[in-house]
Amino acid sequence: MSPQLNEIWVYLSATPLLGLTITLLAYQAAFWLYQRSGMNPLANPVLIAVTFLVALLMLTGTSYQTYFDGAQFVHFLLGPATVALAIPLYTQVKRVKAMLLPVLVGLLAGSLTAAFSAIAIAKLFGASLPTQLSLAPKSVTTPIAMGIAERIGGIPSLTAVLVIATGILGAVGGRYVFNAMRIHDPAIRGFPIGVASHGIGTARAFQVSEQSGAFAALAMGLNGALTALLLPYLLSASGSLG
Amino acid sequence: MLSALTQLLIFQLIGEVFARWLSLPVPGPVIGMLLLFAALVVRGSVDKELASTSQTLLQHLSLLFVPAGTGVMLHLHRVADEWVALLFSLLVSTIATLIVTALVMKLCLGNSAKSGESA
Repeated sequence: MSPQLNEIWVYLSATPLLGLTITLLAYQAAFWLYQRSGMNPLANPVLIAVTFLVALLMLTGTSYQTYFDGAQFVHFLLGPATVALAIPLYTQVKRVKAMLLPVLVGLLAGSLTAAFSAIAIAKLFGASLPTQLSLAPKSVTTPIAMGIAERIGGIPSLTAVLVIATGILGAVGGRYVFNAMRIHDPAIRGFPIGVASHGIGTARAFQVSEQSGAFAALAMGLNGALTALLLPYLLSASGSLG
Repeated sequence: MLSALTQLLIFQLIGEVFARWLSLPVPGPVIGMLLLFAALVVRGSVDKELASTSQTLLQHLSLLFVPAGTGVMLHLHRVADEWVALLFSLLVSTIATLIVTALVMKLCLGNSAKSGESA
């Protein structure tokens, strides 16, 4: 690098501008690929954008902290976006009311399955206790999951990553699972996605159908609340906390 | 757009205050969502601006997860050590959750539909 270019790089790598810009660029490139693939769930835009960014940061020797100084502006919008989920929920309120019982029973069954199957399988494969506990809240939306991980003895930043991976898996796998189960009702194609894979699954559900998206959003909110309330007590009762 | 965004932030703020004040385990934005939902039910309608701003925001919901996801680079070491356990746990548990939730809903719906018919 010429001294001048080097100087520009030193300046840019210290401002939030670069982290923010590459996040938007990486996502738009990933979304373009996703659209070109005919919205194939395997071409999940979060997965592609994250892979691209990690490779870029490692190649340029940039730390995650430096990157996040810029990317935090995007991250911050998760808050208002979560609040905005109230609107699709409201437009589907009639349908939700009619399905109150299946929604609540499905939520409870799904929520418990999500947490305890993750712990049990990780234990079976000999994962360490902090890893097991970091996995427990994996189906819950990132900010809640990190809070739960902290309370039960997991590693919050590892949980954040596992949450995203879970979201991508559910967004990718949902279609195949529901088709195999011959489920066509957009509500039942949406709700389990929200229980199993929170906002990323919800984002995918919205791309497929407004009604699926609304039910996924409802499931995400309910499962976040239920897991946060229930999991710490259940774990300490079952003795997993030691 | 501006007033809609302000509304969303106000509800998030109220949610955060509630969460901390009552030391609830649920994060502020989720409480904000529930409060906004309650407000809409009381109001009986969604104004156009709020609807279109929310739609714009939710259309690119995936983007908002990218910064946190990139945090995987902090854990490459642990992931490399325990990748088999992590992979199987995530894969099997996520699919199991989808199946169990969908199945339970389908069963409940079948039953309530039948009892609804007979009633």
